[in-house]
Amino acid sequence: MDLLLDAVVTGVLLGCFYAAVSIGLSVSFGLLDVPHVAHPAFLVLASYGVYFLNDSYDIDPLLAGLLITPLLFVFGLAAYRLYYETFERRGTDAAVRGIAFFFGVAFIIEVLIILHFGVDQRSVTASYIGKSWRFGDMRIPLRLMVAFAVATGLTVLLAAYLSRTFMGRAIRAVAQDEEAVRLMGANPVRIKQWAFGIATAVLGIAGALLIIVAPVEPTLDRAYIGRTFCVVVMAGLGSMTGTLIAAIILGVSETIVLTMFGASWAPAISFALLLGVLAVRPQGLLGRR
Amino acid sequence: MKRGSIAFWGTAALFLVAVLAATQLVANEYPFFAGYVILQFIVLSVAWSILGGYAGYVNFGTSAFFGVGVYTGILLFKAAGAPLVVQIAAAAMVGAFLGFAVGLLTLRMQGIFFSIATIALTIVIETTVTNWRFLGGAAGIQIQRPPVTAPFHSYVQLLVFVQAILVVLAVAVARYIQNSWIGRGLQALRDDELAAECTGVPTLRLKMVACVISGALMCAAGAPAAMYLQYADPASAFNLNYSVSVLAMALIGGTSHWIGPVIGAILLGVTQQLLAVTISSEVNVLVLGVMLVVFVVAAPEGIIGLFRKGRRAEGKT
Repeated sequence: MDLLLDAVVTGVLLGCFYAAVSIGLSVSFGLLDVPHVAHPAFLVLASYGVYFLNDSYDIDPLLAGLLITPLLFVFGLAAYRLYYETFERRGTDAAVRGIAFFFGVAFIIEVLIILHFGVDQRSVTASYIGKSWRFGDMRIPLRLMVAFAVATGLTVLLAAYLSRTFMGRAIRAVAQDEEAVRLMGANPVRIKQWAFGIATAVLGIAGALLIIVAPVEPTLDRAYIGRTFCVVVMAGLGSMTGTLIAAIILGVSETIVLTMFGASWAPAISFALLLGVLAVRPQGLLGRR
Repeated sequence: MKRGSIAFWGTAALFLVAVLAATQLVANEYPFFAGYVILQFIVLSVAWSILGGYAGYVNFGTSAFFGVGVYTGILLFKAAGAPLVVQIAAAAMVGAFLGFAVGLLTLRMQGIFFSIATIALTIVIETTVTNWRFLGGAAGIQIQRPPVTAPFHSYVQLLVFVQAILVVLAVAVARYIQNSWIGRGLQALRDDELAAECTGVPTLRLKMVACVISGALMCAAGAPAAMYLQYADPASAFNLNYSVSVLAMALIGGTSHWIGPVIGAILLGVTQQLLAVTISSEVNVLVLGVMLVVFVVAAPEGIIGLFRKGRRAEGKT
């Protein structure tokens, strides 16, 4: 029983972390319909950026994540521009070629990381890594608490941005009806490009959390393809509240299976959940359709 | 028999004779090791394009089918010492069944959802095999090859010839589908699924047929791989690289004609073999990624699309 409670608490914390790494995809795939399978590769790339700053200048990983955010934003703008010019404007089967395109990009990023940093696992150092808090019998690693706090903050912030600010509402308007936005005299491509920039920019913090929670390696993105897409699809495309709930469900299921059946079953959980959702409730928990 | 068919079967027979002659005349082992991999990729990408090319359903589960083929071979060999032919036939049957199951589960989804669902299935199957002790689990399993039979000097040469037969089989099936009502129906549903359904094309049934055939061929291609490597482990048998390589080969060659994936597989396969020998396997993956991106962006119809465009331009002037 204690074990189960422990698993649930850890699962909730882990889930909030999953929300942080998925929230960008929730914007780019959920709202903009971009088949962004390179999202986890961008995430791992951001982690290596954080590692580089932490390793060579001894900057706190979270601060480092914040520092690379503007860079990622510009990178996102450029990536969307390329995607738009080559696929969306040409029209026909953009999704099919788009997914192949992003897989190619993901592989290129993987290899560039390997060539530059090598295949070894990398981790960061900070005062809150390695310690843990005690609640009665339960021990919770401090790094997971930090990830939990920052991830929740990031998710709430992005959700507020999308529902309260002018630009955020414009992004959701594009997601609902692109043609209507065009008729209102706005440029939907500009808005989508901005949104994709934001979706990539949040990876700065998410990447920092990724390397805080556990060491990273160049091919880690493959494990996160399942997790991030599972969360976004389960959430109902584009729902920020749904993203948080779905991520917590994933986190709790992972830790429960981990404690009951062992780590070797772990990789299948996110994908099995995803398949289940696609089969039973394709519109997700809080779907827009 | 039409003239096209005679030319096709003549070329196929010539190809098999050439491979057989090579196994008798060439003493060096290395070309066979490299050639086997290329032939295997031809089968996989031709099989992939039956569903992915003609119907436009981008299957990322190639490695699932391939891996299941590998492990079907191992299971039969380990449990009953089954000969290679039985392993391949059984793998094809398992593949057909798996294709049917995958089709039932995923073919109602469209676009990226289908693609993601096939990745998901790959990982779920891989995890199951990883946890299956009899098949070696995560650590992998070693296989002792049986003695080689008559005309061949080494087992790898035998495998090359077997894989060459599979190439001919796969291409013949793909060619038949392309020219028959199945292919026309698949192309119709690729262009507009709703319109096809409305005009009476049995879309779901056609997709199921394509998925079953494609799955059977992929599994069959995987079955001899365990004998080739004398070793298998889940992480490499179900590696995502297979899915993406095969997809890249088909897209690079072009998917509107069966010759496309053959050209793409030869081109990319030879490049990768050369790079793996001369530089490293990491650069291999880099080349795969770059070629995929470049072709998808610059030549969406693949190499055969480029040729057709060239021919059309000539016609105009």
